[in-house]
Amino acid sequence: MTIDPRHGIDDDTAVDLLSTMLRIRRFEERCVELYSSAKIRGFLHLYVGEEAVATGIGAHLRPTDAVVATYRDHGHALAKGMTMRSVMAEMFGKETGCSRGRGGSMHLFDASTRFYGGNAIVGGGLPVAAGLAFAEQRHGSDAVAVCCFGEGAVAEGEWHETMNLASLWNLPMVFACENNLYAMGTALARSEADVDLVAKAASYGMTAWSVDGMDVAAVWDATRRALVSLRSGGGPVFLELRTYRFRAHSMYDPERYRDSSEVTQWKERDPIATWRRQLEGDGTLAAGAFDELDAAVGDEIDDAIAFAEASEVEPVEELHRWVYSDDSTVVTGGEPTGGRS
Amino acid sequence: MKLDYRGALRDALRHALANDERCFLMGEDVGAYGGCFAVSLGLMEEFGEDRVRDTPLSESAFVGAGIGAAMGGVRPIVEIMTVNFSLLALDQILNNAATYLHMSGGQFAVPLVIRMTTGAGRQLAAQHSHSLEGWYAHIPGIRVVAPATVADARGMLWTALADPDPVLIFEHAALFGVTDDLPDELEPVDIDRAAIRRVGDDVTIVTYGSGLYRSLEAADRLAAEGVSVEIVDLRTLRPLDSTTFLDSVARTHRAVVVEEGWRTGGIGAEVAAQISEEVFWDLDAPVGRVATAEVPIPYAPHLEAAALPSAERVAEAVRATLG
Amino acid sequence: MPSLGADMDEGTLVSWLVAVGDRVTRGDIVAVVQTEKSDIEVEVFETGQVAELLVEPGTTVEVGTPLARIDSGSTATTSRGPEPTPGSQSEARPVPRPVPAASPARRHAGRVLSPLVRRDARRLGVDLGRVRPAPDGTIHRDDIAAAAMPAARPTRRRVSPYARRLATERNIDVSTVPGTGPSSAVVARDVPGAAPAAAKRTVDPMRTAIARTMERSNREIPHYYLSHTVDMAATVEALAAHNDGRSPRDRVLLAALELRAVALAARKVDEMNGSWVDGTFVPGDGVHVATIVALRGGGLLAPVIRDADRLDADETMRSLGDVVERARRGALRSSELSGATITVTNLGEDGVEAIFGVIHPPQVAIVGFGGLVERPVVAQGRIVAHPTLTVTLAADHRATDGRIGGRFLARVAALLRSPERLL
Repeated sequence: MTIDPRHGIDDDTAVDLLSTMLRIRRFEERCVELYSSAKIRGFLHLYVGEEAVATGIGAHLRPTDAVVATYRDHGHALAKGMTMRSVMAEMFGKETGCSRGRGGSMHLFDASTRFYGGNAIVGGGLPVAAGLAFAEQRHGSDAVAVCCFGEGAVAEGEWHETMNLASLWNLPMVFACENNLYAMGTALARSEADVDLVAKAASYGMTAWSVDGMDVAAVWDATRRALVSLRSGGGPVFLELRTYRFRAHSMYDPERYRDSSEVTQWKERDPIATWRRQLEGDGTLAAGAFDELDAAVGDEIDDAIAFAEASEVEPVEELHRWVYSDDSTVVTGGEPTGGRS
Repeated sequence: MKLDYRGALRDALRHALANDERCFLMGEDVGAYGGCFAVSLGLMEEFGEDRVRDTPLSESAFVGAGIGAAMGGVRPIVEIMTVNFSLLALDQILNNAATYLHMSGGQFAVPLVIRMTTGAGRQLAAQHSHSLEGWYAHIPGIRVVAPATVADARGMLWTALADPDPVLIFEHAALFGVTDDLPDELEPVDIDRAAIRRVGDDVTIVTYGSGLYRSLEAADRLAAEGVSVEIVDLRTLRPLDSTTFLDSVARTHRAVVVEEGWRTGGIGAEVAAQISEEVFWDLDAPVGRVATAEVPIPYAPHLEAAALPSAERVAEAVRATLG
Repeated sequence: MPSLGADMDEGTLVSWLVAVGDRVTRGDIVAVVQTEKSDIEVEVFETGQVAELLVEPGTTVEVGTPLARIDSGSTATTSRGPEPTPGSQSEARPVPRPVPAASPARRHAGRVLSPLVRRDARRLGVDLGRVRPAPDGTIHRDDIAAAAMPAARPTRRRVSPYARRLATERNIDVSTVPGTGPSSAVVARDVPGAAPAAAKRTVDPMRTAIARTMERSNREIPHYYLSHTVDMAATVEALAAHNDGRSPRDRVLLAALELRAVALAARKVDEMNGSWVDGTFVPGDGVHVATIVALRGGGLLAPVIRDADRLDADETMRSLGDVVERARRGALRSSELSGATITVTNLGEDGVEAIFGVIHPPQVAIVGFGGLVERPVVAQGRIVAHPTLTVTLAADHRATDGRIGGRFLARVAALLRSPERLL
């Protein structure tokens, strides 16, 4: 009995998954050019090769579910439903960017899709995700928080503290550990005494398993099962998503720490090429459909770039705005609710 | 009714838990132990474990969780046992709590209250004796308050909880026993203005927290010498209510800042700089500073006393401005 | 030259991995570039043929400088090509390798330093970088010795900012003022003419205004004074009868009769009723009597009862009661505080026998009433004790003289003695 490579995913969803991955891929490729021509500045961390992870997880998330990501956040942002326009304009430093140009590539935020960054401190988003999950638990809702982080964060104290706290308090959250084998230039084996991340996670009393992060259907299925477990009171779930980034850590990175032959090998498992082959093979995708999709994606990106170019920057006079809240800030909660007196 | 500082803090917590269902207290030993300084004594019995939550010894995680929970629509009161341990959560406080609103372009406010005990004077030695509220006051995006009086200890929390932005409340450990007569009903107080605790003509002392009591004592001594001292209790270190102390110095023409932090780059330096910037032409003497000696706080009582500001040192600093 | 890092401004082309005529595909690595940190491979974003290599290996160019021309076979510029950054040239303009910024050590380059000079500098702790060399670049031992001496700086007098400001305001040369402040600085208390400690109470504006008026009056108006003591027995008795049976609210007080007497007298002797303006007397357009009201807590107001001569006793009493009450309440209209043609001041309640007022300019007279005093008078050939009242007149000698003033006062007195005319 072979495992269904489609993991029971229906055709529409299957094509959506491909489309999302392709959007991310082409978006990232374009960012390379834009960075090289200095339209995008600062740090740029690309998701090329890892698309299946954000896509497979994102497919299950509703607007009410919260996501906390890292500085390598473009894929997660797009998969969570943020528009290319808002992300591109953000990287161009324009007022129409999701963070009004104040955050840049590493700090994408969007209240409407509950996307809480874009966090540049490795491990820094984990406790915040736990808090978001905690709030949902107190509200009695069935919304969850998903924290996407790299395997490098497993070395940080904040990861251990948060794993323990989430497990202790049974928080409705998913720890999505994207293990791409390198924390910037540090290989996992040179950083962790025990590289078995699932074992580490399980030691916190948490449900944990490992997933082929290059297979979007596997990621999709793992997420589905994780959420089922979570929502039935099974406590937080740790997923190790084994993936690989085809490009360097950031735009400036001579990649001295890995062999180009390793990169070539992983490229043979390109999640988009793989999924495309699957869908064309089983007839879900007609001949030429992929190119049509690609063209449409290209147009969407062109539009986003034109939008970003044409947008204004935030007036300098606004520099001090939102150091503290003003009337425009929507703070969830409102007035104190009456309690027992 | 007669209330001490500790009782006032407890009263404030009880009032918050009773009047806002979204509120809950979390921190180390706040529940079963009754609070390291007995501030939350009895609250877990009264409100239950869900609303008075003991956390593991994970400052970074539970402060960060407080941030996430606040953004998620509840109102956590995070208690960090002392400012000394807050350093473990500095990344969450500075990079997240203070920064999210501005960095997200105004989308995510963090209505979080963090309370911590601060200060020295009980022979707890170097790692348990810090006064870092002045340091925290360096950070844009948070509010930093330091109640010195029993009324402020009781009234600041409710106002802080209503604030949409992070508020750090620094409660001085040596003041827990100070008592005062307060109305039976809890009255919230503002957290954005300084208070003139003593009216005077000859010199202005700008201070906060434990410094208030040293200054009051010094002022009594100086009154016997014919010197009339005005004392401004800052109450809030960020944002500073500059108007109050600048107006005072403009009238008295002399100023001394009294703080328990270290002198270099302390909040006194900021106050002195503002005085120099805004009321320079009214100054009749250089601004004096009385702060903790630039040493880690020692255990031996005579050394600790020598390191910390005292009423006599305050009085000396005042005399120096008169020449 | 691509931007490859946040702080990269320029890069050096190390080598080309393609030649003119080679076909390249988007994504191919075509060159190696050296940045401050390391060598980086550079990819091409076009597909086509290498038409021209614009920069020689070994050349350093600014970010944005084109390195090569790719012929992509279409004349239209692909929208996906990187836009030229503002300021970049269409032609390659190689920038010569910049000379590294001079480090402190190199500042000594070109200076001639003998071993002896160097030894002196070491021994005296002189930083050679701070010693100015002779035009030819040499540094001599004398230069070192001079640099080692603390610079003689003229001592500056210490004056506090506040003291300096006060001295300027008072036109005092602060260099002549000895200092008693910290560090012997001149401080505020040292500056002569120092005002006593600033009053912490603000000056009452009303007091100021009154003071000013009184000052002006005394300064400008030559006052003369007349007084008359009046037997009030008949009036007191008539007043008591008038008030008998009335509720307290409706009773007429002596003060009202006094005011009425003044009003009627002023109508008759109208030289007392008006203003002294620009060296001449201007008669009033009616008899508008101001009555001085003392306020609780200090201060005075002088509300005006207009056409007081036309009011009967009861009306006068009502008006008087009304303005007094409203004056004390601070509820007078400003129109009620101006336009008086004569003023009455009454200290009868305070046990004063006679009061000589100060004229309120531009008026020309003020009538003062004391309290009722029992005095021995001669009536029907016998000495009896009757209530008497001293009424005074202070008048402007520019407008009137004693004869007219006397006539006026006599009339007031006559009216006071004739209650049937007042009630």
